[in-house]
Amino acid sequence: MPLDYYLNIAASGLLNGLVYGLAALGLSVIFGVVRVVNFAHGEMMVAGMYGAVLLAGFIGLDPILSAPIIALVLFAFGWGLQRGLVNRFVERPEHMQFILLLGIATIILNAMLMLFGPDSRNVQVPYGFDTVEVGPLLLDAVRLRAGAAAIVVAAALFAFFRFSRPGKAIRACADNPLGARVVGLNIDGLYAMTFGIGSAVVGIAGALMTLLVDARPQLAPEYTLLSFIIVIVGGLGSLPGALLGGVLIGMSEALAGFLLTPSLKSLFSYAVLIVVLLLRPQGLLGRRS
Amino acid sequence: MTRRGIVLLALLGLLLLVAPLVADRYVVSVLTTVLWFAYVGQAWNVMMGFSGLLSLGHALYVGLGAYASAALFVHFGIGPWLGLWVAMLVAMAAGCFIGFLGFRFGVRGVHFALLTIAFAEVARIGFDHMQWLGGSGGFFIPVAGDVGNDLLNLRGSPTLFYYVILALVLGALALSRVLLHSRLGYQWLAIREEPEAAEAVGVDLFRARIAAVAVSSALTALGGVFQAFYFNNLFPEQVFSMGRSIEIILPAIVGGIGTLIGPILGAFILTPLGEGLTFLIEVSGFDLPGLKQLFYGVALVVIVVFRPEGVWPWLARKLRLVRAPGESA
Repeated sequence: MPLDYYLNIAASGLLNGLVYGLAALGLSVIFGVVRVVNFAHGEMMVAGMYGAVLLAGFIGLDPILSAPIIALVLFAFGWGLQRGLVNRFVERPEHMQFILLLGIATIILNAMLMLFGPDSRNVQVPYGFDTVEVGPLLLDAVRLRAGAAAIVVAAALFAFFRFSRPGKAIRACADNPLGARVVGLNIDGLYAMTFGIGSAVVGIAGALMTLLVDARPQLAPEYTLLSFIIVIVGGLGSLPGALLGGVLIGMSEALAGFLLTPSLKSLFSYAVLIVVLLLRPQGLLGRRS
Repeated sequence: MTRRGIVLLALLGLLLLVAPLVADRYVVSVLTTVLWFAYVGQAWNVMMGFSGLLSLGHALYVGLGAYASAALFVHFGIGPWLGLWVAMLVAMAAGCFIGFLGFRFGVRGVHFALLTIAFAEVARIGFDHMQWLGGSGGFFIPVAGDVGNDLLNLRGSPTLFYYVILALVLGALALSRVLLHSRLGYQWLAIREEPEAAEAVGVDLFRARIAAVAVSSALTALGGVFQAFYFNNLFPEQVFSMGRSIEIILPAIVGGIGTLIGPILGAFILTPLGEGLTFLIEVSGFDLPGLKQLFYGVALVVIVVFRPEGVWPWLARKLRLVRAPGESA
């Protein structure tokens, strides 16, 4: 019986972790290409959550179906942000990029606080209390759907970068910006597109997240830090690494919350982060630069 | 610095010295906040500004200093003037440990910054669960009513605290200047600009970097001691929070990283800006939670877009306070 407990907790942690991993994927894409750490990442994710809450509230749309709409909006936002502000900071020192994105994060966070207030808001779905039995596992339908959707989006992203022309161009940019410019790629445009894609991905992760937790503005800084941890653990710039890191952190959170107390669960994540930074600073799947 | 700059600076110092005699309690309390941020900003500047080590977890050293001195005072009756040495040692030990791990394993740039965040967060969660120090319910230094000014135990009026923090700011300014023009200071600048070149000419990167962390964390801990005895309460969620770490570094960045005056000027810009916004919002009656922080964010973006090197270097050139551009100390 105890083993069943652990398996169930690990499985639900894994499904949560897939959504975390998707969010971190967005961060990893932006950092891997534009070389800017998006300190407003959690804020964008919570914006995605509120998007799903609004769409569900007004037209009763399921968060999984509202995800594409949110992705479009956040793509436009990220694209504009890179074009308007971030692009002129690409060559500047890290601390300046940090301050710029911190300012943007502060603006987004407090705009949401003003619009929606500090209380949590949730999304009601008809399958909210359903469970699915898989062997010894008893999985929540919401978790299963969120995890599956995260996998689909991640797979689409991988396919985009591997097979499509713009995806290949973006990878060229990431490998060697100067070389990419020499062969005639529009770097600024590709950077804007990348920032847009990263934002869209984290927006989708936010929409899926509303299936698992209630939306409130205060989640934003937590998610920013969580995404950082995952990306570092998995390896900066490595897309499979971000997913793997997400799953690891999701499972360690779930197990720590069960074995210790829930308030200690993020301590566990930080411990994982510190160990990885020290023993394998490039991350689990990262390459040493 | 030109004669004009020195005169202006001396005038400002004089003004700060007599401020409590003419200003009311509110102004003194705002000035105390300004000076506190100026002080910890200077302490942070030693790491980032002088040696190029981006720490985003300086709340850790504030918190360790605050908790160490407060615990000694409350649990053992040891006063702050003895306690501050312990506080500095504790913070320094933590700083050197993080620095050791980071530099030993070649953790750089963004990764080092994240390492500092991680340790601050670990401390926050750890102190939340430390019942001996009040846990998440907070740790309080008893307030002994009106016993007059007792400098020995750092108990007394806001004016007393004002002069203590003013002394700290001036001390840190002097120390920063001495350090910057010392052998170690030149090594730091060399490392900040070009670590490989510095190493090639024989600078011991590891030692110089550890020294920067040690100085910075010890100075920051003093700010923590002050905070503990000024506010008499400590909550891990505030003291160690990521938000606090960010508040600490903003003045230096806004004022001008790596300059001596920058952190002080930055604090004089940001804190009154915040207070002014609060005032405007109250007067207009248009009070929404988050509005003030929203403006704060906008101000941050505007400053970093238009004055990326900080306000001080630009101001110093405009007012002809320094001789040559770039030589802004």
